[in-house]
Amino acid sequence: MTTPLLSLQGLTKAYPGVVANDQVSFDIGEGEVHALLGENGAGKSTLVKMIYGLVKPDSGTMLLRGQPFAPPEPRAARADGIAMVFQHFSLFDALNVAENIALGMENPPPMGDLASRIREVSETYGLPLDPFRTVGDLSAGERQRVEIIRCLLQDPKLLIMDEPTSVLTPQEVEILFETLNKLRSEGTSILYISHKLEEIRTLCDHATILRLGKNVGECVPAETSARDMAEMMVGSTLQTPERGGREFGDVALDVSGLSVPSPSEFGTALRNVHMTVRKGEVLGIGGVAGNGQDELLGVLSGEIQTTADAIKFNGQPIGKLGPTARRKLGVLTAPEERLGHAAAPDMSLTENALLTGSVREGLESNGFLKWADTKNFAEKIIEAFDVRTPGPENAARSLSGGNLQKFVIGREVLQNPDVLVVNQPTWGVDAAAAASIRQAILDLAAKGTAVICISQDLDELMEISDSFAALNEGRLSAPRPTTGLTVDEIGLMMGGAHGMEVAHV
Amino acid sequence: MDLGEINPVLLVASLMVAATPLLLAAIGELVVEKAGVLNLGVEGMMIVGAISGFAISVETGSPWLGFIAAAIGGAVLSLLFVLLTQVALANQVASGLALTLFGLGFSALLGQSYVGIKPPSMGDIHIPLISDIPVIGPILFQHDPILYVGIALTAAVWATLKYTRVGLILRAVGENHDAAHALGYKVIKIRIMAILFGGACAGLGGAYISLIRVPQWTEGMTAGVGWIALALVVFASWKPWRALLGAYLFGGITVLQLNLQAAGVAIPVEYLAMSPYIITILVLVILSADKSSAPASLGRTFHASH
Repeated sequence: MTTPLLSLQGLTKAYPGVVANDQVSFDIGEGEVHALLGENGAGKSTLVKMIYGLVKPDSGTMLLRGQPFAPPEPRAARADGIAMVFQHFSLFDALNVAENIALGMENPPPMGDLASRIREVSETYGLPLDPFRTVGDLSAGERQRVEIIRCLLQDPKLLIMDEPTSVLTPQEVEILFETLNKLRSEGTSILYISHKLEEIRTLCDHATILRLGKNVGECVPAETSARDMAEMMVGSTLQTPERGGREFGDVALDVSGLSVPSPSEFGTALRNVHMTVRKGEVLGIGGVAGNGQDELLGVLSGEIQTTADAIKFNGQPIGKLGPTARRKLGVLTAPEERLGHAAAPDMSLTENALLTGSVREGLESNGFLKWADTKNFAEKIIEAFDVRTPGPENAARSLSGGNLQKFVIGREVLQNPDVLVVNQPTWGVDAAAAASIRQAILDLAAKGTAVICISQDLDELMEISDSFAALNEGRLSAPRPTTGLTVDEIGLMMGGAHGMEVAHV
Repeated sequence: MDLGEINPVLLVASLMVAATPLLLAAIGELVVEKAGVLNLGVEGMMIVGAISGFAISVETGSPWLGFIAAAIGGAVLSLLFVLLTQVALANQVASGLALTLFGLGFSALLGQSYVGIKPPSMGDIHIPLISDIPVIGPILFQHDPILYVGIALTAAVWATLKYTRVGLILRAVGENHDAAHALGYKVIKIRIMAILFGGACAGLGGAYISLIRVPQWTEGMTAGVGWIALALVVFASWKPWRALLGAYLFGGITVLQLNLQAAGVAIPVEYLAMSPYIITILVLVILSADKSSAPASLGRTFHASH
């Protein structure tokens, strides 16, 4: 047997109160695409940070081509041929592409030479990129190219990719996979972190599954079903949300000719948006982030006001009403950003329950707050949605992302809305929690609530929505029934590869 | 009223002198803010620089040693800011304000025995031939050396930020400290260097007031120049040459309005006194209408967490 490129042996890393990695061992072969699978908090990020020299393991060793390898800092790891594309792009918006790339290199050539090398490498791998554009102006797909090219310029032996496809359209994913396949054929190993199982099945040669910091199994993705892998990740049988057959009622929410400028400088204006949602229907709205999702949610929640007739609830114009007035009527929203938008991070869960629940749950009278009722309401949410927290007096910030997400969605669901608008309801939430949130949304719809689900997770939208529309540069495509929709059609609805040229590999 | 009494050559020459303390402090603060740190203690560091420079040059008789001491004094005071904001991770705004208050009080204490003394004079440079050119010579080539240091520093900071790797890393740290950390740059170390540089520059600016502009020591003699320097950095959109332009504009109008007052122009003195502020702000606001914005991490505390 040949020596593996990188061999991890018994890596352990503990933080106060939690063991992030517990005796993790596996090998990555030369020219192998190795998947690292696991739920949120399974320890994937900590593990790759150890390989990249950002975190030092408490115990355990790493061998790079049989030689002991313990990078004290990322520079050392880069010098040894380890490159990493981060989940949250580590880019500098105000700097241009070439400057961003120079910052990730040890001994960058002068800017002129670097620019021509960037052009050369980007052409070779089918990722065209202009070195002198400001990164802040690039699309998510192009930003990722900057990161990838920054890695490729250093001729890496091992490329670590942390959730690379979460922000890409299907077409962009295809371009990325062609690039990765070309790299593999040149002998570069890739450590690919994702929880999108279908992607792993098409791309990866080998998979290691982490659960609660432990290596719980390995498999060959192409020969394992997505469901089996998911169950290895979760450690129990996965429940697929069930969609009861249901009849749609009258139109609950009618949006017509809605155009609003974006409140923020870098936002997207909504242009002539039309849609109707019937009682009991789930409308899924897809599209790459930054195409007007936040603005659409703002307009529907009442944070952004528009002309009265643009939005009608049960035939009544509500476009000029603010969020509280809409909540009173029964139009509820749960925004994407958990900390800061959906919840106030430093306030307790009870206080957060009050913030959106006071109107419908009658939690205040004559300007005085009813704390006992509020606490009961918070406890009801915690109970009904299995929010893992010691109690409602804990600060929202102290909850993990998935638990807080269950709380903010549950808070709206339990108020029995007539219309519920959710943005990215399962963003960053692990498989089991995501399934329960989706089930709650479906249950709500079964009771006759009209639901609008804005999401970038196409699998999720296909799973829960009855009709699908896509946002592209502030325009909403005509909604189509979900059944029978193919990925290609969805990609086209989302605006194709966003002006990115198809790879010529 | 006699506008003929105003000598344009003298006017331009003295505006450069009036602008230099402001320019020195602003260039230092510009580097600090480019690294993502908001140090509101400029006024305090200037006044400590002013007294350190004054005291040392009186004691040693050498204005040069005085300026070196001023730079060290400013940097030492900024070390306090480093401790508070980079080591103890305290709030930058509060720490900066505290630094100014501390600096003003501490300098008054140090300067008690120096009131009413005249410091040794630095003397102006005189380059044969060039300095004797009519009009241009007195305007450009008959100043004290520190004034040229200010201009050279502006050029050096501009070139460093634009063309060198050090400058690129500094901007990167100010733009996104988490990303810079993830790439393996020492965010705290780079910020400490920037803060010390800013302190030294502010100290030089303060000493320029006490040794050259006014040549004497009085309590609180920086009289708000540090605050104007802070505003100047913002209105100059964090661009060195614009800071120079703003400083000269401010200095120019200050000198002009003094001349106008002396000439007895029939405008109330109060209006003349406020004119430098209004005109400088107006011009720089118009200039800053372009896209450039503050470093994205400005004022945010960096805490390396994995």
